[in-house]
Amino acid sequence: MALHKDRIALPPVSAQRTNLTCHFCIVGCGYHVYKWPEGEEGGRAANRNALGLDFRKQLPPLATIMTTAMTNVITEKDGTRHNIMIVPDKSCPVNSGLSSTRGGKMATYMYTPDGIGKARLRNPMIYAADQWVETNWDNALAVYAGLAKKVLDKDGPSGIVFSAFDHGGAGGGFENTWGSGKLMFTALQTPMVRIHNRPAYNSECHATREMGIGELNNSYEDAQLADCIMSIGGNPYETQTNYFLNHWVPNLQGSTLDKRKQRFPGETHDRARVIFVDPRYTPTIAVAQKVAGKDRVLHLDIQPGTDIALFNAFLTYVVDKGWIDRAFIDAHTKGFDEAVAANRLSMDEASRITGVPVDKLVMAAEWAYKPKASGHSPRTMHAYEKGIIWGNDNYLIQSALVDVVLATHNVGRRGTGVVRMGGHQEGYTRPPYPGNTKIYIDQELIKGAGRMMTWWACNNFQTSNNAQALRESVLQRSQIVKDAMQKARGASAQEMVDIIYEATTKGGLFVASFNMYPTKLAEAAHLMLPSTHPGEMNLTSMNGERRMRLSERFMDPPGTAAPDCLIAARIANTMKAMYEAEGNAAMAKRFGGFDWHTEEDAFNDGFRMVGQPGAGHIDSQGGDTGHLVTYERLHKMGNVGVQLPAKAWQGGKLVGTEMIYEDSKFSTDDGRAQFKTSPWPGLPKPVADLKAKYRFWINNGRTNEVWQTAYHDQYNEFVRGRYPMSYIEINPQDAAELGIGAGDVVEIYNDYGSTVAMAYPNASTKKNQTFMVFAYFNGIQGDVTTTWTDRNIIPYYKGTWADLRRIGPMEDYQRTVSFKNRRFA
Amino acid sequence: MSAEISRRSFLKLGTGTVATGAVAAVAPRVAEAKPTDTSRTTLPYPRKHVGSASHLARPLAFSYPDAASPCLAIKTGAAVPGGVGPERDIVAYSTQCTHMGCPLAYDADTRTFKCGCHFSMFDAEKEGQMICGQATEDLPRITLEYDHKTGRITAVGVDGLIYGRQANVL
Repeated sequence: MALHKDRIALPPVSAQRTNLTCHFCIVGCGYHVYKWPEGEEGGRAANRNALGLDFRKQLPPLATIMTTAMTNVITEKDGTRHNIMIVPDKSCPVNSGLSSTRGGKMATYMYTPDGIGKARLRNPMIYAADQWVETNWDNALAVYAGLAKKVLDKDGPSGIVFSAFDHGGAGGGFENTWGSGKLMFTALQTPMVRIHNRPAYNSECHATREMGIGELNNSYEDAQLADCIMSIGGNPYETQTNYFLNHWVPNLQGSTLDKRKQRFPGETHDRARVIFVDPRYTPTIAVAQKVAGKDRVLHLDIQPGTDIALFNAFLTYVVDKGWIDRAFIDAHTKGFDEAVAANRLSMDEASRITGVPVDKLVMAAEWAYKPKASGHSPRTMHAYEKGIIWGNDNYLIQSALVDVVLATHNVGRRGTGVVRMGGHQEGYTRPPYPGNTKIYIDQELIKGAGRMMTWWACNNFQTSNNAQALRESVLQRSQIVKDAMQKARGASAQEMVDIIYEATTKGGLFVASFNMYPTKLAEAAHLMLPSTHPGEMNLTSMNGERRMRLSERFMDPPGTAAPDCLIAARIANTMKAMYEAEGNAAMAKRFGGFDWHTEEDAFNDGFRMVGQPGAGHIDSQGGDTGHLVTYERLHKMGNVGVQLPAKAWQGGKLVGTEMIYEDSKFSTDDGRAQFKTSPWPGLPKPVADLKAKYRFWINNGRTNEVWQTAYHDQYNEFVRGRYPMSYIEINPQDAAELGIGAGDVVEIYNDYGSTVAMAYPNASTKKNQTFMVFAYFNGIQGDVTTTWTDRNIIPYYKGTWADLRRIGPMEDYQRTVSFKNRRFA
Repeated sequence: MSAEISRRSFLKLGTGTVATGAVAAVAPRVAEAKPTDTSRTTLPYPRKHVGSASHLARPLAFSYPDAASPCLAIKTGAAVPGGVGPERDIVAYSTQCTHMGCPLAYDADTRTFKCGCHFSMFDAEKEGQMICGQATEDLPRITLEYDHKTGRITAVGVDGLIYGRQANVL
């Protein structure tokens, strides 16, 4: 990192340039990485630097984004030092040269021994006696694989438990989901696996998939083409920034009108209107009102957890009004009549349940579903995220929503779509899950199940529901193993395996964490393996419009850190050798097929083998045309990539799929989309009980400046200085009643746990409601969420109530942290 | 580059192999070349008079370190981190957004800077901290000096890179 923040080393014309997809949110903005020897610098004249910009004079606004955060100086393993600059790519159709505050910091977060990444794991670490010490891979794997083998041989696979990523981007990607999946599901064959952000192995979109509609069915361009966008439980300015800024905003401003007229001649067109379904007045709503005008933005500020009632009323209303596509329903769907009957709910009743006046509900229905002046039904895009995914309840809200979408035929037409906005990028390729029930892993661990637990590129100490109870149990169980390991002086790896196994028979739990950083899991773990992120490995992912790109490796990882797929291979190969050594050919064969030297080997073994002879069944977002996609072809496609599923390699280009279901053939056995009944159930009893007992709704979610658990951000003063602790937005009158001022630390507590946050009074926060940052490193919101889940073990993260207690002022926070309105006004 | 190398080569030869008299003979030529002053680690920022502390009832627009870089001086009314003047409440910032350089509007009611392009906001009372937005840097602060005898405010440097520049001093 440069000592001075008032100048930048420019890339010379000769700088190496590679492609990098932003590895944080699902949008996957395209970036270019420039890399050049430290001693060389480009000049200020446009023909003397690789950016082609004339820095001899002040650049005009919007000419570039080039900040000190976008630069760094890295050291390769051979000792050479290089400047890097990571800047957004103007030719990428996703972001068109825009960067968010998260992606714009990628260069800052690349490893340097004395920079933000200095906390990275460089080598395997083992908890020896009473401290963390580095060790080599052979010793680490002898313990890890040795224990896995012992558990497998003595107890079967259920003693081996994982929590693992299933996504793309950093800590994911098609290579790594395949590598980890092949180890867990094909080799170890354990069903005791949960996913990084939910306590079982399940989808976040069961209902819509069962209805025949995959959740990523349109293109980002469809937000430019819609008459109306309905955002349900989403906050895209903060969490899918450049999708919102580069595709929603132009339509709200009217700058895509010409394109729409050209695409849909004969239809009435006007600037898009937008409806936000969200109990909270979000920063996104404030921006939308600024760009579209308040008369074209409707905020349905429903009572928490009442989405199902809202969509049931919409379904009832559009059916009664005749604003449905009867021909489409008859030809391409099933179960319509049953759903309409079961979900019937009047606008009056919905108003009573949601707390939104009837006239606003009717206005929303008219904006979204009433035929246009030209007689055409409006093209309405429904975009949903955690308000539904982590709402009351996941399965039923999706059912209710997709029912309305199907009735009004707002899927499979350009300018429509019923889509997840998404969190991480996607990147799923795995063998089938080896089980037919969903196991609530956290509760199993709390009950004492499992002998070894591996957290793989995730950190449920910060990100799970009922997190405090999980931590308490895991820490207590892991201590039993630590005590045993501490007494094992002079033990060989095999002897240590026996000692650890013995401790697990007394309630102990061996804990491993494969990650870039130690994370909070280091408090419980006995072994940590260092992994890599994009830039240090080649990695493929797809974004929220299924756009797949190759993030190209441009630097060495720290120490001996390795891609997750190759970590999986090392574990499998170690176990294979152990079985071969004892002459167990059958088991050795089960751990075969990991002869990978690079991440591309893993890519070719998984993503590209789907549907190929002898491959067996593979669940993959690339489908059975994955074989068309190669690293070489992706390199040629640059930051444009290809929208999956790939259709062809034609004229030197990969041809992909912009929209799914344009042919109205849905993903069911008979191709008909399935309506589902979803009568309004009320709040789940445990949640209703909390609501009756405690005053404040503890709404929670992401905030713009922080990525995920702040695994990088906690070391970056730009972010840590802004949010030294999770903030909690609270109504100013409520705060005054409790004597709470801006920057005070408050305790949030209920029957499930207790946590802390930094008070951030906010005028638009309703009385008795709050909003707290989710998954942060200092103040863990998940400590106070309940154990309740829907039928598929998806928690209701958004639904918890608690009381607040002022702990006291933080002089440091009050002096250094801004407590001004985060909503643009 | 080539000229620089040849000068270095010449000097090396001069100190290593040439007799004392000859070194003395070339010394004036070295002085003429005015080698870069490497004793300082800061850019050569100019000193520029901004205004008088008593005339800051309203925000004062000025430019610094040159005419192409618009800035604003503000008297916030209460002591703030980095503030100068008798009440330690005078601060100044670049008014180009650090994200993409759009002109920032100053909201005197909330003492914040706002960008209409991508909606970043910065707090004038918290050293230009980004309140919310898409920038990766807080607002560059103009380093000010206050002369308590004359009440004059002088700009002497910039903390943070101004948008659209390779270096703050062109």
